[in-house]
Amino acid sequence: MSERIVSFAKARQAGPKSLASIAWARLCRNPLGLCSLGVVVVFLITILASALGLIAQDWDTQYAVSFAPPCWMGAKLEAIPDEVISVTSQPRSGMLDPIEMYGLKDPLQPVLDQLKDNPLQNASRGAPLLILERSPTLFLGADKWGRSVALKVIKGAETSVLVGIASALLATVIGTLLGAFAGYLGSWVDAFIEWLYGVFTAIPYLLLVFAIAAVLQQKGVFTIILILGLTGWTGVYRLIRAEYLKHKVREYVQAAQAIGASDARRMFVHILPNVSHVILVQLSQQVVNFIKAEVILSFLGFGVPVDVVSWGSILNETPNELILGYSWQLMTCGLAMAILVTAFAMFTDALRDALDPRLKS
Amino acid sequence: MAAYFFQRLLQMIPTLFGVILLVFLLFNWVGGDPAYVLAGKFSNPEDIANIRRQLGLDQPLYIQFGIFLRQVLTFDYGLSWSTQEPVSHIFLTRLGPSIALLLPMLILETLIGIAIALAVAYVRDSWIDRALTLTTTAAMSISLLIYIIVGQYFFAFVLGWFPVQGWANHGQSWVRYAVLPILLGLAVSIAPAIRLYRTFILEEMGQDYVRTARAKGLSEMRVMLVHVLRNASIPIITNVLSSLPGLLIGAFLLERFFSIPGIGREVIMAVERSDFPVIKAITVSVAMATMVFNLLADLAYQWVDPRVKLS
Repeated sequence: MSERIVSFAKARQAGPKSLASIAWARLCRNPLGLCSLGVVVVFLITILASALGLIAQDWDTQYAVSFAPPCWMGAKLEAIPDEVISVTSQPRSGMLDPIEMYGLKDPLQPVLDQLKDNPLQNASRGAPLLILERSPTLFLGADKWGRSVALKVIKGAETSVLVGIASALLATVIGTLLGAFAGYLGSWVDAFIEWLYGVFTAIPYLLLVFAIAAVLQQKGVFTIILILGLTGWTGVYRLIRAEYLKHKVREYVQAAQAIGASDARRMFVHILPNVSHVILVQLSQQVVNFIKAEVILSFLGFGVPVDVVSWGSILNETPNELILGYSWQLMTCGLAMAILVTAFAMFTDALRDALDPRLKS
Repeated sequence: MAAYFFQRLLQMIPTLFGVILLVFLLFNWVGGDPAYVLAGKFSNPEDIANIRRQLGLDQPLYIQFGIFLRQVLTFDYGLSWSTQEPVSHIFLTRLGPSIALLLPMLILETLIGIAIALAVAYVRDSWIDRALTLTTTAAMSISLLIYIIVGQYFFAFVLGWFPVQGWANHGQSWVRYAVLPILLGLAVSIAPAIRLYRTFILEEMGQDYVRTARAKGLSEMRVMLVHVLRNASIPIITNVLSSLPGLLIGAFLLERFFSIPGIGREVIMAVERSDFPVIKAITVSVAMATMVFNLLADLAYQWVDPRVKLS
């Protein structure tokens, strides 16, 4: 008897459990979910470190010879360990210089002047050859320009995943707001947003993305986030609207109305926390979809600009490499993508089960 | 039925108007002035004014919208900016290869998907079912791009079983060229199809009529193939019909890798060249097709399942 009282008192002391702590406890009982969460966290930490410049900052450095194989495969037979590059140019005699002939200004002149002032260049003037030490093999191999594939894939992950997360956030915010307004306010607002939804879903998703990419000539990371976010809200909207339709007639919302809560307060203070689990699961699902979309866009050259590396632009180099027999860039990038996408999808499933066990199929 | 059909057709008008408006605003308002792009690098103001007059860009926005509306209704989108080919001709000639690719893919996907889904739904929660779930998860995690890159390299370049790329010309048969793209597309689309159909079939297997059929002493084969499959085919048909127009664009990666002159590759090339009339025409036409096929899916739904009341 007394034991029971003690345990009851303990439970009282602990207070009511929040949804987050209940969901976390449920997630902890799901080993597969925890594993996938672990993988996702490892990826996110790597990406964060890369974004902060702690790692992979020197991805653009040419560490190795062109297409240096991964270290376990051994050096290329024909590779010369010390690649010799000539940096001095001799003016060709006996040819008319078009720049002098037409009195044009050489557009490269400022760059050439800069090169002339370069102390390294001056130092090598005596010996006209500059010797660069480049490694014959590299961990996970090197690309065409001798850059490390490992660092490149990390840098590419940074772009692809950050674009995925940012555009998923944007799409989810738009979808939630529109869904809340349509579902809660009803009448002409609902009719208008439903019409908008009909228009956006009548055009196949990727076609709409292509059309906007064609119009927005300015390439950039923000442009892709904008394109993906502005077109990807329909799925979230559909679910959130249904949730608001269901919740707005519930007693707790009527009670809020009775004590004089405004519409906005009822929508975003009372109902929103009760549908937050749907939003969270959708957000998690959207991240994977948008990472895939970004990879395809960048692969086609409609995505990130040339000086930014993403998984899509890495994959763009691989078909030609395969024909030459260099598969490591495809392997590394493909494997990294597959692991992240699988882990993220499994984590989304686990999150759904943890937040709303009734949804479990 | 006829009344419902016409009602739905009428409902399509505002949506179609919205699509046309969205595409118009995107290209004529957000997109800025294409005359500068078209005139080239060394242009003079007269050239630009000429181009603007030719395209109707010197008119106010509402007249431009009227021009675009007429283009949509008469299916005459003018000439391509980059090849001077009539846009409607581009659309019609590129439709054939796309359909030649998609129709076999869709039919095979549906048939194989249903067969495997029936089998695994019947032995659900066994190790076979779990192994298949695991396989489909793994298959779905790999990007379509990687399937195509590796598949094209291995089966066409290394083994030489199929042509690496290209399409039939001058009376050649396209079948030889279509096999590998169809198989690769199938490899990607079959995993989600099996999963979806499995849930449809499992849902039907839990119904009372299945128990009744078993109680009557029908063979398991008959229960699964006649009773369950017939009812599960309702959502499957709807799903297949409504996914058809999206596939027209969805196969663009296959068309691009294998140089198949289809709609999807045309869209990508048009985006690369800023060929606005082509993108506009394809976007509006595919949106129209999507709406029509959604309507067909609804009608088919009602036709297969008389319980569904149309309102």
